[in-house]
Amino acid sequence: MTKWLEDHLPKVVLAPSFIAVLIFVYGFIGWTAWVSLTRSKLLPKYDIHGFIQYERLFAAPRWDVAMNNLFIFGALFIVISMILGLLLAILLDQNIRTEGAIRTIYLYPMALSMIVTGTAWKWILNPGLGIEATVKGWGFESFTFDWLVNPNMAIYTIVIAAIWQSSGFVMALFLAGLRSVDTEIIRAAQVDGIPTWRVYTAIIIPSMAPIFLSAFIVLSHLAIKSFDLVIALTGGGPGFASDLPATYMYAMAFSRGDIGQAASSAMIMMAVVFTIVVPYLYSELRAKND
Amino acid sequence: MTDLAMSTARGQSRIGKVALRWLLYIALGLFALYYLMPLFVMITTSLKSLEEIRTGDLISLPREVTFDAWKTAWATACTGIQCEGVRPFFWNSVLIAVPAVMISTLIGALNGYVVAQWQFRGSNLFFAALLFGCFIPFQVVLLPMARVLGLMGVAGTIPGLIFVHVIYGLGFTTLFFRNYYVSIPSELTKAAKVDGAGFFRIFWSIFLPLSLPIIVVTVIWQFTQIWNDFLFGVSFSQAGTQPITVALNNIVNSTTGVKEYNVDMATAIIAALPTLLVYVVAGKYFIRGLTAGSVKG
Amino acid sequence: MKNYVFGAVSAVALMSANVVVAEPKAEVLHWWTSGGEARSVAVLQQEFADNGGTWTDMPVAGGGGDAAMSALRARVLAGNAPTAVQLKGPAIQEWYEEGVLADISAVAEAEGWADVLPASIAGHMQCEGSWCAAPVNVHRVDWIWANADVLEANGIAMPTTWDEFNAAAEKLQGAGIIPLAHGGQAWQDATVFEAVALGILGADGFRKAFVELDEATLTSDAMKSVFDQMRTLRGFVDPNFPGRDWNLATAMVMNGEAAFQIMGDWAKGEFLAAGKAPGEDFLCASVPGEGFLYNVDSFAMFDVDGEDNQAGQALLAKLIVGQSFQKVFNLNKGSIPARVDVALDEFDSCAHLSAEDMAASSEGGSLLPSYAHGMALRGAQSGAITDVVTSHFNSDMSSDEAVQQLATAIANSL
Repeated sequence: MTKWLEDHLPKVVLAPSFIAVLIFVYGFIGWTAWVSLTRSKLLPKYDIHGFIQYERLFAAPRWDVAMNNLFIFGALFIVISMILGLLLAILLDQNIRTEGAIRTIYLYPMALSMIVTGTAWKWILNPGLGIEATVKGWGFESFTFDWLVNPNMAIYTIVIAAIWQSSGFVMALFLAGLRSVDTEIIRAAQVDGIPTWRVYTAIIIPSMAPIFLSAFIVLSHLAIKSFDLVIALTGGGPGFASDLPATYMYAMAFSRGDIGQAASSAMIMMAVVFTIVVPYLYSELRAKND
Repeated sequence: MTDLAMSTARGQSRIGKVALRWLLYIALGLFALYYLMPLFVMITTSLKSLEEIRTGDLISLPREVTFDAWKTAWATACTGIQCEGVRPFFWNSVLIAVPAVMISTLIGALNGYVVAQWQFRGSNLFFAALLFGCFIPFQVVLLPMARVLGLMGVAGTIPGLIFVHVIYGLGFTTLFFRNYYVSIPSELTKAAKVDGAGFFRIFWSIFLPLSLPIIVVTVIWQFTQIWNDFLFGVSFSQAGTQPITVALNNIVNSTTGVKEYNVDMATAIIAALPTLLVYVVAGKYFIRGLTAGSVKG
Repeated sequence: MKNYVFGAVSAVALMSANVVVAEPKAEVLHWWTSGGEARSVAVLQQEFADNGGTWTDMPVAGGGGDAAMSALRARVLAGNAPTAVQLKGPAIQEWYEEGVLADISAVAEAEGWADVLPASIAGHMQCEGSWCAAPVNVHRVDWIWANADVLEANGIAMPTTWDEFNAAAEKLQGAGIIPLAHGGQAWQDATVFEAVALGILGADGFRKAFVELDEATLTSDAMKSVFDQMRTLRGFVDPNFPGRDWNLATAMVMNGEAAFQIMGDWAKGEFLAAGKAPGEDFLCASVPGEGFLYNVDSFAMFDVDGEDNQAGQALLAKLIVGQSFQKVFNLNKGSIPARVDVALDEFDSCAHLSAEDMAASSEGGSLLPSYAHGMALRGAQSGAITDVVTSHFNSDMSSDEAVQQLATAIANSL
């Protein structure tokens, strides 16, 4: 018995998490799939009505806008946050005397709830109050920065605020990574006279592949779930120009009493995540096993 | 600090080195401005009187500094019928966040340890399945979770909220630890096994002592997520167990009432203080963890 | 007379408190959390406590009740429903259809609600003939607020038709004043839209369009004129309007930056909080056109176990519609009492106007539910309309296209 336990201990340790994931993630996805085939309104119902909810979803112009925004927002947010996070980590890794303070400054936005920082950003980005008004006040009368109120540009203001919130955490991840790189290898490379930037691009950055995986997962998770931010900053507006699938789904489920519709939009979101994330996970995990 | 930083400038001239240093500090300073801008707005607003906010510029410095808004936010702002500020809700959040962070970090460390060092058939599949679970939108799980909590008899209670946060935090905590432990050579585990050390002993005496930096990252992440969570907090609580974000929302998000922006901003900063504190304190451990790393290297 | 009624009510309350064995208890889910609103509910709690009840407060603000509604769903599914919930409009009937509401007809009949509530408002409180909710107040939505000094300085009277409004707005624009203070959030766009629609479609047209969802009316030429007027109004707002909170728009009117705002009577609270006097500093008038759009807040009672909870529901229902609460609450909130027999001596001139118009339009059949504030339609349909309205207002969509989209969106939402 103890022998069996000894051999199977790793599996026993994983078992509770495995069961939890099975029920609370995949079970609930299954539940959502079921509800997306019903005409549930205020509360979930379980009589199947075919694909009516998906037909309604694809007929809604607002959903198109939300999906487009997700791709624009997701791509920009993930790529810029990663680049900025890596850059800040490298800059901060150069023996900066005030590192502790600067690191905290970069990291703190994550600590604040977007319910209120959204209001601060709204004022900063508002042309009549914030940056535009200030720069105009300095005498640059032709300066304009009206993205917040421009239906074509509003989604980019959400990118700005989202990067502000999350890039510090990505920096922390990379900083932890930079410092666990084996210093022997770096010293050896420098003895060989390899220039610094080459040391970074050829040795240090590639050795941080698992950190990139963490950063990618963290950021895409934030991108797909971005909700508070949109609500607080633009409320999805002007019109519904800066709507995202998460806000669409929430509106359907909780302010419009249209749970079937919300479930179908959730399923499409999950499908998008699946097609993007799973190949990435697959390649990352396989590379590790080789 | 890696030795790289020390030696970066070795080959360059003295003047070039100084210029580069300055450039570096200017760049870091500019980024700091970008990060501080909203905080500046929040703090200045919280120090203004409502009268000044109503009439003046929203972004300018206060003409007259007053701490009334802070007092109101902490002790007398109305979050419903009770006008006791956010004070009573603070404790609820602590009761939820501290156990949930500890439990999910511990389970994540063990999971990560298994997935990284004790691989078996299907362990990678388990890891992938867990990771994909990170992406499930929380709005989706709200209703079925409510039903499950009801069946478990913990609906509206603090243990119920801890349970929910642990479940949906597992993906990330496992991810962080797995990615950290994967870079520790597996020879270490093998050697220890040859010496007769068991599963938990290796974890306890080899892996855990090396884990400080990643524990810090995980705790920062989990604490931030749980402390700032609103959706679960509002849905799975009842009167008496509501966390601070619900109180914050109640103060800030009134639809047809008079908006007191100074109180809103002060409340938001108060609500964020514990997370800010974690960041400042954890920052030190980053450095300590790093020293441990250089000893290892 | 007033004292007599007041005394009688508390006597009844006192008696019932003695008769009922169980001590009344209520957990109340509501979204009135800010200063003035919260003080208004506190009045109810006080009365509840005076009658021996124990009130557990469960406030959830945000999004005009969205957050509260998600909490409510979770609570109901967990089998842990609150005893009383702030609900309004057709949502009451929707929840009733889910079979989770309690019947409070006994209280309603004993208190004679049918005699003191306007018929159309009473209709919202009934589910298939039985009473299932208690009304708290009547907000009027179709108000137009103005800065008195700005109007005087420019020689403008309060407009009574949309043409007059447009002419006045152009004049103000010439004088460098923003004619219309507006916050570009979907619900505010919808608020302005329905005010315009009431004026142009008339009461019958409004009912056909936004209560009965009559397709012919929705795609009619009159509806196109409504969108035309929205396009005209779009020219009267400043470029920085998107996302602005309604109270910041009110502040623009207060400090003379802008002249008018179209908003419900909660805007009055902002004026009063800033120390402005109605009739002197600011003016209130109904939006051009005949009729009255109401937004009635109410509490529905959920089906719960326990005699103490049920006693709590009965007591709460009685107190909510009681004279004293109706008066004190609405004095605080800026709205008017739902029951028509409350003395209005202490109310201001805007509230008097509101009460007179409510009585008149109730007679004339033009007392109508506000679609923008969830009184006229279920969430899916009103949301579909709002999507089109806000998308039209924030783009260069033509009125023809807008009415087409309106018809499609509604068909898609059913």
